[in-house]
Amino acid sequence: MIPELGYGATVAALVLAVWGAVAAAAGARTGREALLRSGERAAVGAWALITVCIALMLYAFLTFDFSVKYVAINTNLGTPFYYRITALWGALEGSIVLWSWMLSIYTLIVVVQYRRRQAELYPWVLSVMLGILAFFLLIMTIPAPPFERLTPIPADGRGLNPLLQDSGMITHPVALYLGFTGFTVPFAFAMAALIVGRTGEEWITITRRWTIIAWYFLSLGLLIGGWWSYHVLGWGGYWAWDPVENAAFMPWLTATAFLHSVMVQERRRMLKLWNLSLIILTFGLTIFGTFLTRSGIIGSVHSFTQGSIGYFFLGFLALVLLGSFSLLASRVERLRAEGVLDSVVSRESMFLLNNLFLVAATFTVFFGTVFPLLSEAVRGVKISVGAPFFNLVNIPVFLALLFLMGVGPLIAWRRASAENLKRNFLKPVVAGFVAAAALRALGVANVLVLTAMALVVFVAGTIAFDLFRAVRARRRSGDDWGAATGGLLLRQNRRYGGFIVHLGILVIALGVAGSQAWSVQKEVTLDKGQSMELAGYQVRFDGLSASEESNHAKVTGTFTVTNGRAGGYMLYPAKKYYAQEQTPIAYVDYRLGWIEDVYLVLGDFARDGSHATVKLQVNRMISWLWLGGLVLTLGAGLAILPDARRPA
Amino acid sequence: MSASSLRWAIPAAVVPVLVLLAYGFSTDPREIPSPLLGRPAAAFSLTTFEGAPLSLEGLRGQVVMLNFWASWCIPACYDEAPALERTWRAYKDKGVMVVGVNIQDKEEAARAFLRRFEHSFPNAPDPKGRVSVDYGVYGVPETFFIDRKGRVRFKHVGALTDEIARRQLDALLTEPS
Repeated sequence: MIPELGYGATVAALVLAVWGAVAAAAGARTGREALLRSGERAAVGAWALITVCIALMLYAFLTFDFSVKYVAINTNLGTPFYYRITALWGALEGSIVLWSWMLSIYTLIVVVQYRRRQAELYPWVLSVMLGILAFFLLIMTIPAPPFERLTPIPADGRGLNPLLQDSGMITHPVALYLGFTGFTVPFAFAMAALIVGRTGEEWITITRRWTIIAWYFLSLGLLIGGWWSYHVLGWGGYWAWDPVENAAFMPWLTATAFLHSVMVQERRRMLKLWNLSLIILTFGLTIFGTFLTRSGIIGSVHSFTQGSIGYFFLGFLALVLLGSFSLLASRVERLRAEGVLDSVVSRESMFLLNNLFLVAATFTVFFGTVFPLLSEAVRGVKISVGAPFFNLVNIPVFLALLFLMGVGPLIAWRRASAENLKRNFLKPVVAGFVAAAALRALGVANVLVLTAMALVVFVAGTIAFDLFRAVRARRRSGDDWGAATGGLLLRQNRRYGGFIVHLGILVIALGVAGSQAWSVQKEVTLDKGQSMELAGYQVRFDGLSASEESNHAKVTGTFTVTNGRAGGYMLYPAKKYYAQEQTPIAYVDYRLGWIEDVYLVLGDFARDGSHATVKLQVNRMISWLWLGGLVLTLGAGLAILPDARRPA
Repeated sequence: MSASSLRWAIPAAVVPVLVLLAYGFSTDPREIPSPLLGRPAAAFSLTTFEGAPLSLEGLRGQVVMLNFWASWCIPACYDEAPALERTWRAYKDKGVMVVGVNIQDKEEAARAFLRRFEHSFPNAPDPKGRVSVDYGVYGVPETFFIDRKGRVRFKHVGALTDEIARRQLDALLTEPS
């Protein structure tokens, strides 16, 4: 029953989305209000039907309805309750349902927010968004139907990928997809502006906030993904330049570029063509990312499903890129800059540099990700480039970006005077050098780390000095320190929201630099009762125990950790054995700290518990990544508040 | 660059990327040749679900289609199950032996699977996983085609179809023994 209902709802939603896209466009062309309203109702209807799909899918998961193939593959009778819910987006078909649902929600928000404003752009925005929604519903109808029926009905299902049975997987895909789908809104506004020919600054102002929202969710998704990788995969890292990670990182880079260059357009009426290109690229990269990870052209080793979905995504990608760039090209005359670049030493040229670096980073990540394809096409051999390549080319770029992060926000527009430079940057530059010298004296020899730390101090210095001066100025008008700071943050929320986001990035940069440079690890086979030592920690192997969990068997090691300073604590790393996996899944145990994490992975062991191999890592400053995520959240929240100076 | 040439240059820049991605469909990132091809197949001796002994040694001189499966392997093992039985019925009198090796499974569930698909060729559990390790089985299902001289000649990853089985078996059967 569920398969038929679900499929029916999917097809009906597809029909509505197609109709809505056509009706809204026709309404815009003919000016017939009734058509536009019909398109709106179609958008509401599509959302309602996709919601029904989600509800049906959840019901099927919770009742173990194995007549739905997707349920049979991604759950079994032993799957715990929570993971029966998150299994909804545990694989391709369900992820597309979630994607469509979020997109339909964004569409509804656009309807509610803009139907009475933006009379000229709004119908086209609606049309573009429904058109994109229709594509995802088409995917749900033909190449990746989530409600496909399975016959004969198996007695038990296969079970969710054990690696996805983790709390991080509850939030990670949701945040990531909110980011991915969120970029549809700025893209739709950009397309509407091009179609209508209103290429002024209006669409930019609207889309800036939407881009921040999508950008924020994408950042959060990336960070939670890093957290998942760190505490689930057991290799002690958070980023591996894997194609899947790169796929999410590339739109983040271009969106970051857009968020900066958009200020140049608002202020100086320049870079119009460039900004539109960035928006198109960002949206295109979200589609490309999904194509890359789902088509199987650059594969993950464990998927047997390939099917035709890749062709659909490639076709859509071609349509999006060729269509929107052609549209852009046809409006080239209207996109001429009204301002000119006055001086190399100016804020606009710093933003330009920032954009060049971000786009260069995007390009290298893209190049490295598709390199296996390139090398096979050109030389006939499969070669992948790994982390060494990405690190080699990107670390200098990211360091340069850090530097610009300090300069850009404070340097004057148009042409910076020597006085402006001295006033804003002398003290922070000195602070950066002092910090580097101090770290060097403390024994830090790694040049990259010293550079990164010096830059972080420099940028933090610029932000601190700027805030201090602004608060002091408000103090003169009588506020106390608290009121002055609060008032400033709220009144200039865009500026200071941006600064706080920058601080978040700085904290993350510290975490990255520190963890790369200072983490240590050691792998030892211990007899029962024996200890190992690393970085001042003693870890004693106390024994093994076996247990049978609802959907797997588990062997747990008991270890006592002491570091001489305080009383010890226990860690329980384990190995989990799932019937459907060839190899056991490591279950990491750890203790997080601001300076360092103690991180323990159980390796091979003797069945009688007499000895076990264990990998101990002391990972430094990784918690700063997560702290940076919190700071970033505060900043992004402040930045998307309605602009206090100009009512929205 | 003039506006009119930009008009073409911008969209045209996208084309090479799209072509490269389209090329990707003609390649298979998972296609890593098995090092076992052409080498003697690893010997095994197992006991079938019916309790009969089953060893590769005892099948020498026949073409062997060795299939690794599990009852939880949805949908691929379910997809190929009828094809396996059809292949067995079509070829059992032509000097072909179809052998199923059930790995990482619960016996109850495996027996139910065999009953459901009415498999009549020998099937044996590999409780210690030794056979699947010897054959380098990465995931289920995987199927190995072993010639009359006992060498691994072809490996198929994923659900087997009648057509692939027929092609491989016919080729191996025409070789002189």
